[in-house]
Amino acid sequence: MKLTAYLDGIGLLGPDLDNWDTAQPILAGATDYAPRAIVVPPPLALPPAERRRVGLPVKIALAVAQEAIATAQADAGQLASVFASSGADGDNCDVICRTLASEDRQLSPTRFHNSVHNAPAGYWGIASGAMTPATVLCAYDGSFGAGLLEAMSQVGVSATGTLLVAYEAPYPEPLHAKRPFPAAFGLALVLMPQQGPHTLACLQVELAAGPADHLANPDLEALRRQIPSARSLPLLQALARGHAARVVLEYLEPLSLAVEVQPCR
Amino acid sequence: MTPLHLSHYTASSCLGHGLDATLAALRQHRGGLAPCRFETVRDLATCIGEVAQVDDCPLPAAFAEYECRNNRLAWLGLQQDGFNAAVEAAIARHGRRRVGVFLGTSTAGILQAEQAYRRRDPASGALPDDFIYRTTHNTYSVADFVRHCFRLEGPAMVVSTACSSSAKVFASAARMLASGLIDAALVGGVDSLCLTTLYGFNSLELLAPEPCRPFDAGRNGISIGEAAAFILLERPAHSLDAGAVLLLGTGESSDAHHMSSPHPEGLGARMAMAAALQSASLPATGIDYINLHGTATPSNDAAEGKAVAALFGDRVPCNSTKGATGHTLGAAGGLEAVISALALQHGFLPGGVNTRQVDPGIPIQYLTDNRDLAPARVLSNSFGFGGTNCSLVLGRAG
Repeated sequence: MKLTAYLDGIGLLGPDLDNWDTAQPILAGATDYAPRAIVVPPPLALPPAERRRVGLPVKIALAVAQEAIATAQADAGQLASVFASSGADGDNCDVICRTLASEDRQLSPTRFHNSVHNAPAGYWGIASGAMTPATVLCAYDGSFGAGLLEAMSQVGVSATGTLLVAYEAPYPEPLHAKRPFPAAFGLALVLMPQQGPHTLACLQVELAAGPADHLANPDLEALRRQIPSARSLPLLQALARGHAARVVLEYLEPLSLAVEVQPCR
Repeated sequence: MTPLHLSHYTASSCLGHGLDATLAALRQHRGGLAPCRFETVRDLATCIGEVAQVDDCPLPAAFAEYECRNNRLAWLGLQQDGFNAAVEAAIARHGRRRVGVFLGTSTAGILQAEQAYRRRDPASGALPDDFIYRTTHNTYSVADFVRHCFRLEGPAMVVSTACSSSAKVFASAARMLASGLIDAALVGGVDSLCLTTLYGFNSLELLAPEPCRPFDAGRNGISIGEAAAFILLERPAHSLDAGAVLLLGTGESSDAHHMSSPHPEGLGARMAMAAALQSASLPATGIDYINLHGTATPSNDAAEGKAVAALFGDRVPCNSTKGATGHTLGAAGGLEAVISALALQHGFLPGGVNTRQVDPGIPIQYLTDNRDLAPARVLSNSFGFGGTNCSLVLGRAG
């Protein structure tokens, strides 16, 4: 059983991966990868009051979502969305847990509403005005795979263009020691039911067995292994190279996801 | 959508463990809310819907790494109404890779982290060694636990969209079934009491001091509850009992308005209900009862009331069962789908409890007493923080 969708736009943000355009030659192996701290653009699409309130995961999710929408020249208001992340806002979670462990348990209302796993989806709705369905999910290290499967089934079954956004940001200590992400990372894909003038590639996804593909570059491979949303890197690398390819992505044991990539331009 | 059969279901909440206890409480028009004495909480004047005996049900030793209140509640829920055996039978019919697990939760086992933070190492600040993040705190932990319990090998995820979480899993599962990736889906929701939600809703001044009174003129906030609800969804057999319950439609939308306040006109809620009707190929007149989201905050009920009135007028009997169960947050959609299924199967409308004087400013037909009327189709609403909305249509097969 294969799920098919047409990829119209990509957004990417990670260490030394400032956006899809500049990341392509790095992922394709034409330019060296030199890991450096992530540079996150401010969430200018949000009203000023909301802009001040959001944490790193929301900024990452909004940045990659907007980049993908822009390259696809898509109407955000018409796209369903799927947000996939292993964790919510780690800094926010840490402050809440510290407060609740202290003598004074009074929380800030903003901290509380930002603690929900769907905070980035809520802020995306406010930023984009999209009143379309938004699903927010978690499957631990398989979160990107789960998000891709959910988005592909939205496109296939509901015949709706769907924005997939996957992201993680590191926890501070002491949670970092329990769930160590070395960096923040995020990507977004605009997936459409039909091929259009902006289509970059046709994707076909199916459940598979067997190990996920690795990356030859040890630094990129380290990202892939340590950050759930970076489990997407073999797919992004195939797209950057621009050749037809079949990649295998990590999902949930004993399943993996096989993705056939057929470039359309 | 193609209808799906709720081939087995169960729920445990403050009304009791399993369907018999739940049905008896609903039939007797009885709620389960009581003053909050949860954990170390002594400074919040509010009522909660606590599931009895969760602390007395440790997980079997084989699942020790999953030990936390949320997974204990899940385990307790799975033991009721022969649900375990129904899942095993579905696995025998379809195979381990063809049964998906899609569960909703808002806070998973965060209580484990809250308690671990009290035991940080005084010198290093490190969390204790016995705190296991992956199997307790992480949002996916409850679906991982359930998948592990049944040794399932199919697709799985947690949907975490605050208080619509375990309604939205029905929509995701329906898409997975329609796409042919799976043949059965174990859906539902598990959300358990924790300090984050108790003190969080307190910070928003949304906790009612007395048991919550949905749609009452004097309503003044929510009562937080907890629940485990599980439903097995499969494609219907060729012949079904007349009492069999089907998922007929799902509708989802976003408010795109505010993180913690609903759209004042209930626009997103209305869109979700309209989408659910469209997905079920039904007109508004096809609905016999609405299980409202009805959290009992002034703004939520007003917005939902406007949305219901705009689509249905005051023709359809409706109410919120949160006066009885409390707001079970990420488990609410699953719990209320089970309550809706009980209403369909047993032919009655469960009246809302605690509501003394229905808000005259909300022009809907709000039921405060049980009614002996057998609904053929019901709509269940679940809305949440971040402006997330989901409505389900359930119906009797015959």
